[in-house]
Amino acid sequence: MSQLNATKVEKYRNHFLREVEANVEEGHWVKMCMQCGVCSGSCPLGPYWEHPPQEIFMMIRAGKREEVLKSSSMWFCTSCYNCIARCPRELPITHIMHGLAHYAKRLGLAPQNQATPKFAQYFWDNLYNGGGRVNELKLGLSLYFMNGLVEGIKTALKMRKIGQGMYFSKRMNPFEIFGGHSCKDSQGLKAALNKAREIEEAKAAQFKG
Amino acid sequence: MTDVVATNQTILVVGGGISGMTAALEAAECGKDVILLEKNPSIGGRVAQLYKYFPKLCYPTCGMEINLRRIKANPKLRVITLAEVTKVTGDAGNYTVDITLQPRYVNNNCTACGACSEAVEAQFANEYNYGLNQRKGAYLPFYMAYPQRYVVDPRIIGTADAEKAKSACKYDAIDLNMSTQNIQLTVGAVIWATGWKPFDANKIQPYGYDRIPNVITSVELERMMDPLGPTDGKILRPSDQKEAKNIAFIQCAGSRDRNYLKHCSRMCCTATLKQTTYVRERYGDAGKSSVYYIDIRAIDRFDDLYQKVKADPNVTFIKSKVANITLDKATGNPILNGVDTEGYHRYNNPHDLVVLAIGMEPSVDFSRLGIDIKVNEHGFIEADPSNGGLFAAGCASDALDVNRAVQHATASALRAIQVVNQVS
Repeated sequence: MSQLNATKVEKYRNHFLREVEANVEEGHWVKMCMQCGVCSGSCPLGPYWEHPPQEIFMMIRAGKREEVLKSSSMWFCTSCYNCIARCPRELPITHIMHGLAHYAKRLGLAPQNQATPKFAQYFWDNLYNGGGRVNELKLGLSLYFMNGLVEGIKTALKMRKIGQGMYFSKRMNPFEIFGGHSCKDSQGLKAALNKAREIEEAKAAQFKG
Repeated sequence: MTDVVATNQTILVVGGGISGMTAALEAAECGKDVILLEKNPSIGGRVAQLYKYFPKLCYPTCGMEINLRRIKANPKLRVITLAEVTKVTGDAGNYTVDITLQPRYVNNNCTACGACSEAVEAQFANEYNYGLNQRKGAYLPFYMAYPQRYVVDPRIIGTADAEKAKSACKYDAIDLNMSTQNIQLTVGAVIWATGWKPFDANKIQPYGYDRIPNVITSVELERMMDPLGPTDGKILRPSDQKEAKNIAFIQCAGSRDRNYLKHCSRMCCTATLKQTTYVRERYGDAGKSSVYYIDIRAIDRFDDLYQKVKADPNVTFIKSKVANITLDKATGNPILNGVDTEGYHRYNNPHDLVVLAIGMEPSVDFSRLGIDIKVNEHGFIEADPSNGGLFAAGCASDALDVNRAVQHATASALRAIQVVNQVS
């Protein structure tokens, strides 16, 4: 194959649908969409999506890999499940949107400045490094200081009363800041998660290049 | 000489709509004894409730008249109305059928003069017009009803109205002592022409049929177009009785949706194309139709009608299944919300009136009736050898238009004849 051919094939790679089917949660449903548009019309956040779900499905089938995976659209999904309830073909649209977002994040293609992937990363790091349990105190503080020290202190002062209330009603333990509690066999859990990532990355690697 | 296997050569046809009438007539005109049962007071069925039928856009009253003439002329055919089958036992060639007959409270003396109807005061929702208007407690189901005899509604029996009706009758035709009867028939074969019913539009919650007055169904629009119908042939908005000139049609209302009816009802696309010609017929260039669709399934020769309607500049096609309908309280206009597939534009379109192209579902749930007959996942009768001498005709077998239902009914008449004619 000539270089020109190779670049054209690369440009029009039409196996993005197969890639989605292999790597995205519930991705095998994408081909079932009949383009009626009920999901897009039923979405409460629909007007804010760059590409509504119906269009995303069509873009996947048209092989628009970069546009889909770099899109901010699926990060707007709030899991209200209206689309799943209304879809005449019972496509699990919410799950597909989360699956696409997750896959884009894994590939490092997710938009950098969107709040949802940012928070998701904080949440995951907290869980993964915190021995299988979310340390709410640490997660909260990491969000306070997300935009710098001064902002963090300001937010902390603003939230002081709520924090005190939570402390006195025993909803928050300040000693959690020193590590906190973890689940049984947290090392085993970590090993399981690492193995799962390894399998997923091997699967995704088949579609690289 | 060989002997006929069937112990009884009578063919029973259940349902007196276009399919049942056709099957009964075809079998009777072949010289077979036929009994036609109808659960309503008159035969005619849902086709008699249409204004026009496609593709020729002629009037079903014409076809009805021809069929009635054939029925009246045929000594082999017996029509029994207000009859419902309750049980079927036996095998091909020898079935015993239990039938319940509801009282009409009117005997053969009736001349359809209408004096009883004038005397009665109680009113009920008119079934023939899908409840769009009221009818009296003593009534003729519709102008072309057959038998051409009045009916006394069982709900007025025991009231003063019933006595008023009786005393108004000059022909001693009203018999208030009639009661429910159970009869048994032995027949060789049974044709189920039990037909369809419109899907319950209330179940399609996003379209608000139950809470937005100006959302109606396609069958209701048919009644509105009838010059002798509830609106004298005008397309009126139920909310304010104003003429609706900007009309939206929503396709696949119930059909092709796993939340409602899984199957495609086949005739709704062409029915909507037909109804857009109604809008033009009433208003000329002042009438606007907008068709919201997933894809237009105007199959084979109906494509001519589709091309004709597409050429009409007053008809717009929007490729989108409408997501939901909201009400503009100030004007009473329904607002259609959704995203179109050709460009993914979000729309919020107000219309005067919305017509839901409602899907077809079988009118009888055979699994609940306890009759041993194969039905498919949609509730329609399967053509299965294990059904023996039981056959479906028309919409009992699938969602069909009139043309296909009549063809299917003729075929089922032939199948029934083959059962009663079979020789050993």
